[in-house]
Amino acid sequence: MDEILVLAEHRQGELREISFEMLSLANRIGKEESSGVTAVVLGDPALPFAEEIKGACDRVLFMDDPELANYNAEPYLNVIEQIIRERNPGLIILGHTASGMDLAPALALRVGIALATDCLEVNMKEGGLSVLRQVYGGKINSELIFKPSERYMITLRPGCFKAEREQAKSAEMVSMQPPAWGELNVRRFLDFLEAELGDVDITAADILVSIGRGIGKVENIPIVQEFADAIGATLSCSRPVADQEWLPKSRQVGTSGKTVKPKVYIALGISGAFQHQAGMKNADTIIAVNTDPKAPIFQTAHYGIVADMMQVVPALKEIFTRA
Amino acid sequence: MRAWQKKRYLQLEVRNMNIVVCIKQVPEVGDAELEINRDGTDILREDLEFEINEWDNYAVEEAVRLKEVNGGKVTVVTLGDEDSEDVLRHALAMGADEAIQIEEEGFEGSDGLSIAKALYRVLKDLSFDLVMTGVQSSDDGMGQVGVYLAGMLDLPYATLVIKIEKKEDGIIVNRELEANTQERLEMTLPAVLTIQTGINTPRYVSIMGIQKVRKVAINEVSAEDLGLDSEDIGSEGSIFSSLHFSMPQLGEGAEMLTGSIEKMSEQAAGIIRDKGGMS
Repeated sequence: MDEILVLAEHRQGELREISFEMLSLANRIGKEESSGVTAVVLGDPALPFAEEIKGACDRVLFMDDPELANYNAEPYLNVIEQIIRERNPGLIILGHTASGMDLAPALALRVGIALATDCLEVNMKEGGLSVLRQVYGGKINSELIFKPSERYMITLRPGCFKAEREQAKSAEMVSMQPPAWGELNVRRFLDFLEAELGDVDITAADILVSIGRGIGKVENIPIVQEFADAIGATLSCSRPVADQEWLPKSRQVGTSGKTVKPKVYIALGISGAFQHQAGMKNADTIIAVNTDPKAPIFQTAHYGIVADMMQVVPALKEIFTRA
Repeated sequence: MRAWQKKRYLQLEVRNMNIVVCIKQVPEVGDAELEINRDGTDILREDLEFEINEWDNYAVEEAVRLKEVNGGKVTVVTLGDEDSEDVLRHALAMGADEAIQIEEEGFEGSDGLSIAKALYRVLKDLSFDLVMTGVQSSDDGMGQVGVYLAGMLDLPYATLVIKIEKKEDGIIVNRELEANTQERLEMTLPAVLTIQTGINTPRYVSIMGIQKVRKVAINEVSAEDLGLDSEDIGSEGSIFSSLHFSMPQLGEGAEMLTGSIEKMSEQAAGIIRDKGGMS
């Protein structure tokens, strides 16, 4: 394998951490396989991002064009397809992110490359590429081995590799000319919508009482609120609760919600999907209550209680109101 | 549907929207303690409940709401064993009009590309304005099929869709990005959308509701009908040579509190006081 290709990501003027995480993986495999690591940066302008990333790879291909200012499947597909056809990299790495999830399957189909998404670990093995994934809501690990192929594509789950910005490398900088676009009308980027400001800022709380699917029904929320009030905590939630509109989206902790770092995070009835854990794993102390002893949340939590949250909450409330 | 929600759907002025929704039956694993079979190729399914994939449920709801306002019809398609008829009935009870079942035989061990091939062969002969799938399935979570399908149909697509609005000659969709941010895209129709949870609040389906649609005919097609043979699908057609399941290696993990509910709660209260800076 001569080359490993990494598609760097940026949004709203900032290079995203996943870019460096992907390069950490690529550099490790590159070392094992004696392959060069090439980052692709598309933007308007792309050069500042290319400069930022050049210490962590062997080559940066960058292309400036107004059509590439923000991620959009149509122009991105055209450009990256062309790059892959010209360079024939053995491994292509994208982020398992809002843009990587959108782009990777379309790219894989167009160029005819085998794709595995949301990978936690990737290893080149004798018989073919091996990837580690999680299935069934993170409750089971799945190792997949590709049939032998000239080229593979994977999307990497954010947070699995350390984002090392400096790898003591100084990449060759290659400026590329944008193609003649032709018709680009079927899907057009309009704008970003910023988050609605919520009634409270959950990122500012010292203690968060956070509820998940285990709350069962909306009628159970008041007693949890009473418990939160009793300890001066703020109420937050995982995705299913916000999806049901039982709490506003501004209270959601996780990848698509907010990242929090309170002194104490009390996870009630939250199984701990990776997207949720990404938003709370850096809390100083995490206490989790869940009925399933194998729930992934217990891997991140410091203290665990295997029980129905609706039995524990009244008991806790009782302790703090009586005190 | 609440008034403000209805207003959004009324903005879609295209009359007779025909929508195809691709759905999947999955085991309900939220509360289940899963076990793996002896050779590590699957989970033990005997004691599990099965249901419509959560993302697909939102997609069916969104399709039915669009139809209720604009007219047209909703067709649901699934690929699965005979029990997966249940998710088709579920979708019919929610308001879908027609259902197609691709028989599972030959598809065992298929990757996402093979599933998309089968769906493509069904969809290419249908007339539609929109195709919807869930963003991903709760079991395998690859999140590929909708985008593969769009590529095969050569249609514009958007993933992680959290809102759909009508414009003069197309639609505007909101995609959910990271960190509580969305982006808006303008798209032409027909198009393929993968639907994110939270786009709506799916209606409740009662046993009575299922009863009412029990006689609706389900169109069954086989791999053979679709002109797919073993080279295209199943384990032979898969890009993977092997799959091995294992339980995640447990690290040190949490210190588990034990005893009665009251005793565990007392311990937890002590930790909250201590670590939360409460005196």
